[in-house]
Amino acid sequence: MQDEVLLQMSHIDKRFPGVLALNGVDFTLRRGEIHALMGENGAGKSTLIKVLTGVYRMDGGTITVEGNSISIHSPQDAQNNGISTVYQEITLCPNLTVAENMYIGREDGAWINHKDYEKKAGEILERLSIPARATQQLGDCSLAVQQMVAIARAVDMKCKVLILDEPTSSLDDKEVNMLFKLMRDLKAQGVGIIFVTHFLEQVYEVSDRITVLRNGELVGEYLTEELPQVELVAKMIGKDLDELNDLGSAEEKKTSDKEVFYEATGLSSSDALPFDFQIRKGEVNGFTGLLGSGRSESVRAIFGADKVTGGAVKINGKSVKITRPIDAMKNGIGYLAEDRKRDGIIAELSVRENIILALQVMKGLFKPISRSEAEAFADEYIKALNIKTASRETPVGSLSGGNQQKVILARWLLTHPDYLILDEPTRGIDVGTKLEIQKLVLKLAEDGVSVTFISSEVEEMLRTCSRLIVMRDRHIVGELKGADLNQTQVMKTIAGGEA
Amino acid sequence: MAGNIKKKFSGGLGQLTIPVIAIALLVIFNLIRDPSFFSVGLSHNNDGNIVLAGNLISIINGASELAVLAMGMTLVTAACGGQDISVGAAAAIAGSVFVKVLKTSPDISGGKVLLAFICACIVAMLFGTFNGTLVAVFKIQPMIATLILYTCGRSIAYWINGGATPTISSPIISAIGSFIPGIPIPTPVLIVVAMAIVFKLVFKFTSLELLTQSVGINGSAARLNGINSTFIKLLSFIILGVCVAVSGSIGVSRLGLINHETLLLDIEMDTILAVAIGGNNLGGGKFKISGSIIGAYVIQMLTITLYAMKVSSTDVKAYKAIVIILLVVIGSPVVKEKFGKFVSKLLDNRSKASLKGAQ
Repeated sequence: MQDEVLLQMSHIDKRFPGVLALNGVDFTLRRGEIHALMGENGAGKSTLIKVLTGVYRMDGGTITVEGNSISIHSPQDAQNNGISTVYQEITLCPNLTVAENMYIGREDGAWINHKDYEKKAGEILERLSIPARATQQLGDCSLAVQQMVAIARAVDMKCKVLILDEPTSSLDDKEVNMLFKLMRDLKAQGVGIIFVTHFLEQVYEVSDRITVLRNGELVGEYLTEELPQVELVAKMIGKDLDELNDLGSAEEKKTSDKEVFYEATGLSSSDALPFDFQIRKGEVNGFTGLLGSGRSESVRAIFGADKVTGGAVKINGKSVKITRPIDAMKNGIGYLAEDRKRDGIIAELSVRENIILALQVMKGLFKPISRSEAEAFADEYIKALNIKTASRETPVGSLSGGNQQKVILARWLLTHPDYLILDEPTRGIDVGTKLEIQKLVLKLAEDGVSVTFISSEVEEMLRTCSRLIVMRDRHIVGELKGADLNQTQVMKTIAGGEA
Repeated sequence: MAGNIKKKFSGGLGQLTIPVIAIALLVIFNLIRDPSFFSVGLSHNNDGNIVLAGNLISIINGASELAVLAMGMTLVTAACGGQDISVGAAAAIAGSVFVKVLKTSPDISGGKVLLAFICACIVAMLFGTFNGTLVAVFKIQPMIATLILYTCGRSIAYWINGGATPTISSPIISAIGSFIPGIPIPTPVLIVVAMAIVFKLVFKFTSLELLTQSVGINGSAARLNGINSTFIKLLSFIILGVCVAVSGSIGVSRLGLINHETLLLDIEMDTILAVAIGGNNLGGGKFKISGSIIGAYVIQMLTITLYAMKVSSTDVKAYKAIVIILLVVIGSPVVKEKFGKFVSKLLDNRSKASLKGAQ
């Protein structure tokens, strides 16, 4: 069954002003296969997907489904041709119910009454064991569940081609396994699945074939079992892996003799239970735990991002009051939020304006950063962080995810923080940029900046952090350092094996 | 060069394209209809001053109150993603206060006019604070929040002068409402220019523009970057309050009386329209004050053109609506994008053709 071609994209071209985003790319999807689409940020993965789903109009090339040439001008066309997508960023409506979200905008949904589709939605949710009620508001569900609802919606539309764009980036291991089971079921039914992800292990766990893109061009199509992981990475980033190895063997930093920069006792917020925490100058620490364990909520409390309800905070040994983000910023703390799109970028403003924002806010209303100063800052950081943008005046929303993240990093670096909190800075970002960010973290620590680094990839944290705080059910359940900093020990602590 | 043009167009049409094209079309239309429409001459006015006169002058002059309100409304729109529909009523209050202070004693000196204006400003800023508090603190939708003052504003204006419609006659007031002796340009026009310069300076010497846009585009991110969005929203309403006081005072000075029922009646909708024609997103975010000012002149030119065509005043609104529908549709993102693509295709073909020619 796997030899029957389901979808054939040939010589696809897509131009944006000043950029050739896709240059004669071929892509073949066979019936009943899971096909991983891999590449760095800006490689053209998202563009290819958007051409296939009718978000972008291609400038050249042909698409055939089951041998019939089709033209896709809108997402509706794509759906009518059996092509369904679940995007990286959730594109459902949080203020509608789960059931409404599953049927909204569907031709077959328009004439079904409320009760009927609530019932149908409930059945599907149950079949896929998704922990949500059909009548529940989608916004009340966790990000993970919202993602699964999006998948359920696609599955219910009897699609032939299912596109999963970074579906696992906000799921924990258990949920990932559930999703993979679902993917394998669909595969067995003959659905072709295009799987876009940055998690290499997941690619090897679930995919049959891999297509690699780089800089808008096709590198090649490979059988997963015939392509070793190291070679895949090399093909994606197009350079030697020595760098990667260098970083992996970075020696452990000794920071236990440095003075404490930040110390909190019994700190709590509307979303975080009371906890104690301290970080030394030049130390990189991490918070880890499953989704919902309270790791993000805790660091948000440090920054005053949620309503702080109690606790004492000392900076450099002096008592300070941090109840709002501006208090934290004035005390030298920066915070890169988990949800880049919602809490990070100001999409319509330029790269320049986005970079100077935090510094400008700290300076206040009456001390504007002059245009020439702002341009100099922007140019400096575009160069330093290697931000790929047409110009400093480009709206940041039109940059790729990784470059948006770099812009926000630049924004905080420009404030010259003493303590930088990075919540999932590498989520949805390609291998190359991930490495750059990890290097940057280590470099900052060398310069005496304290960093809290949160990532759902434990490996990444093991590489960068000298101390890991493990959370479970909104409590700190362990603190790992030195010899205990290894994958097994982390997993054990997360799972509760230490008790 | 073609590349340059192409870059400009394919990146989406600039925000000011639509209002500028609208003005240009109206000018061309009027020139064809009546070549003398825009002729500007010098004439003696009632006070014996030599002043500029003509349709063009009355358009620019007549749009002054609208232009001033549109500047403030742009800021509120950008920060709050909604509009203040109480500006007409608030202007009637400000105008009433202005007259009330002037009427405290029979002689009217320059200092007293200044005092009256300052009082009008303070009152209008207080009402702005009221609106702003409802929107920024209590998170009420701007249109609903300002509906309160829209409903009761003219009653408050009525109480201020005890129900009367007092007149004021003073050379200073008529200088504000029409011409300063020796200067042929109408004073309201000069006030608009002054206000535009003030806004420009405010944006140059504060970071208000960046902070307002950030709050309007992504409130959540703005908050996490330490911006006090409640304050920014409140501030936009207070600044609009100043604009309200200015335009109320112009309106009163023009007529030499305050009629709480008719002063700047229905101007709120024209104000919102001016902001929209100016290419500003009514949902908040990026803005251009200059766009809204041009928008105000577009509306006024349209009105005067229709009157000049002897359209009866009852029909004018319907014709205005038709033109405005066209403008808004042309300015919509869908049309802009299509047009941008069309232009870039055109230029592509041309550069290909010229390449061929070169070979």
